[in-house]
Amino acid sequence: MAALLEVKNLKTHFFTADGVVKAVDGISYDVAEGEVVGIVGESGCGKSVGAMSIMRLVASPPGRIVEGEVLFEGENLVEMDDKEMREIRGNRIAMVFQEPMTSLNPVLTIGRQLTETLELHQNMSKNEARDRAAELLSMVGIPDANQRLDDYPHQFSGGMRQRVMIAMALSCNPKLIIADEPTTALDVTIQAQILELMQDLSEKLGTALIIITHNLGVVARYADRVLVMYAGKIIETASAVELYKNPKHPYTLALLNSVPRLDSSEGRVRLDAIDGLPPDLGNLPGGCCFAPRCRFAAESCLEEDPRLREIESGHNSACFRVEQIEELSSVSVKT
Amino acid sequence: MSLAENTIEATRDGVEAPLLEVTNLKMYFPVTSGIVFQRKVADVKAVDNVSFTINKGETLGLVGESGCGKTTTGRCLLQLYKPTEGEVKFNGQDVTKLSNSDMRQMRREMQVIFQDPYGSLNPRMTCGDIVGEPLKVHKLTNSKGEYRDRVSELLTTVGLSTYMSDRYPHEFSGGQRQRIGIARALAVNPSFIVCDEPVSALDVSIQAQVINLLEDLQQEFGLTYLFIAHDLSVVKHISDRIAVMYLGHIVEVADRNELYDNPLHPYTRALLSAVPIPDPVMEADRERIILTGDVPSPMSPPDGCVFHTRCPVGDDDCEIEMPELREVTPGHWVACIKVEGYGDPGF
Repeated sequence: MAALLEVKNLKTHFFTADGVVKAVDGISYDVAEGEVVGIVGESGCGKSVGAMSIMRLVASPPGRIVEGEVLFEGENLVEMDDKEMREIRGNRIAMVFQEPMTSLNPVLTIGRQLTETLELHQNMSKNEARDRAAELLSMVGIPDANQRLDDYPHQFSGGMRQRVMIAMALSCNPKLIIADEPTTALDVTIQAQILELMQDLSEKLGTALIIITHNLGVVARYADRVLVMYAGKIIETASAVELYKNPKHPYTLALLNSVPRLDSSEGRVRLDAIDGLPPDLGNLPGGCCFAPRCRFAAESCLEEDPRLREIESGHNSACFRVEQIEELSSVSVKT
Repeated sequence: MSLAENTIEATRDGVEAPLLEVTNLKMYFPVTSGIVFQRKVADVKAVDNVSFTINKGETLGLVGESGCGKTTTGRCLLQLYKPTEGEVKFNGQDVTKLSNSDMRQMRREMQVIFQDPYGSLNPRMTCGDIVGEPLKVHKLTNSKGEYRDRVSELLTTVGLSTYMSDRYPHEFSGGQRQRIGIARALAVNPSFIVCDEPVSALDVSIQAQVINLLEDLQQEFGLTYLFIAHDLSVVKHISDRIAVMYLGHIVEVADRNELYDNPLHPYTRALLSAVPIPDPVMEADRERIILTGDVPSPMSPPDGCVFHTRCPVGDDDCEIEMPELREVTPGHWVACIKVEGYGDPGF
């Protein structure tokens, strides 16, 4: 499969009064056509800013893409002017935001918000657009679609609003949908509905999907490939199955061990918490950014910044001591 | 064996009465209409006929989706809301009948940790003042020196440094703020703490730190928790027994492992199956029950069983009346007429 999206050494920095905040600091990855990629990380690790940079939606000032390329079907999005970018947004790349409560305009009907993109990008007439909008709403599982087009966002529940957002994202048959924490604001049973829906639709329509989340469970089921981010960098990438079975970065390992699991039958064991706090992106430590919290860190980790390198085919990790992790973790379990 | 485990054993043998006994608790919020002459047009039945007990040294987990009344239940226990009906017996004493000043005394025994570590700390007070305020209110220290020592001791207990006591809340991270909230709750040496979603607002790697802290404190001080959360994995980890709530009703109560291994209520089953497990291989074979639709509004809950509108096994019989909670197997209570062993619904 050809790469649909290629992100090359992307750096987005924020220039604030307190200095430069390196929110995204040299990330590279690609997304193939029809692929589902999960990006996992804690808040403030740069996963949202990375996605916003692809759409060129980072507020400037203070933010700026200082380096790197974003190639979408061979075209560099970073160098496009606003007019060209408008052709891409919502049309060829669409986005689903985290907050279904605030990302819809409260004073416009759902119908108006859906038809706006259609009229703009697909040159549809008002009637055509309305028919298509009704079709989209029923596709995402909203009953009485035709009547509900005249409702306002407050008349919809959280899960329904997120369905509307997905309908909106799908409206122009985009090649790629970026979903930024699509289910974080929703309850578990609704979360399952929405994720199932997104997966079905992306399979049916062949749309590539980037799911950004902090929930390791969400990506386990739905992503083909997973990227783990920490402090503005990608620290591990692998296929979902491989990543969960065989994590190759101490951060991923620690993250997997620190969450209580529903399927563990052991009694009340202590959680393996990660000490300390994520680093301040405006004032990063030298060397590996995870080293201060890492239980396997050696002196050399504090001096040099490890690059992402291939450990096994398709499995990359940014850790100097990957080879020793297995050995070291078995030791730490014993003690 | 630790103190906490000891007391659980003791209660199981029937030596000790439960620490907290809630009977038929109801909390209705009136919905009014009109500006000058307000009249009641409806009730939001946030909590409707809820009964449960918590034994000494035990952690009872309370799970459910947003709006199901779990936070309201927690607040009713502490009389932060005056319940519409029902009894809340703490150590045999009905706290709903206490006067305000008696209730203030009672709050030395019952404390709360709130969900939002940003909204629950006064931004104009220093961390030390926040933690020390309960000491002043309840006059627990006799001199300034003693007060300072106690504040330092509390901060150290929750893993903060003493020098931080002059800082303001905005200078702390979310996890640290939650620790301040915990220290404040501990200040009066309570025996019972309502933990209202204490880790929901925190990052994954910080959640584990706070959960471990809560467990350590329970061991050390023999605390009893009501642990309210929507994250089932967290609740399973920390609780001894778990109660599942849906639309103001408790629909199932069981021991932690029993509930997860053998869920009986269709809602519990759906809820458990919806929680993603961080393991793609296991996820692929897991059966998933996807519920249709949304939770109905508590202002006009459906007739009969509140879950029947979304229930995969419900039929006409379920629309008659809300089934009562019954003990189906020892220690496993469920409110569903379709469950084997529930018996005659009685309506």
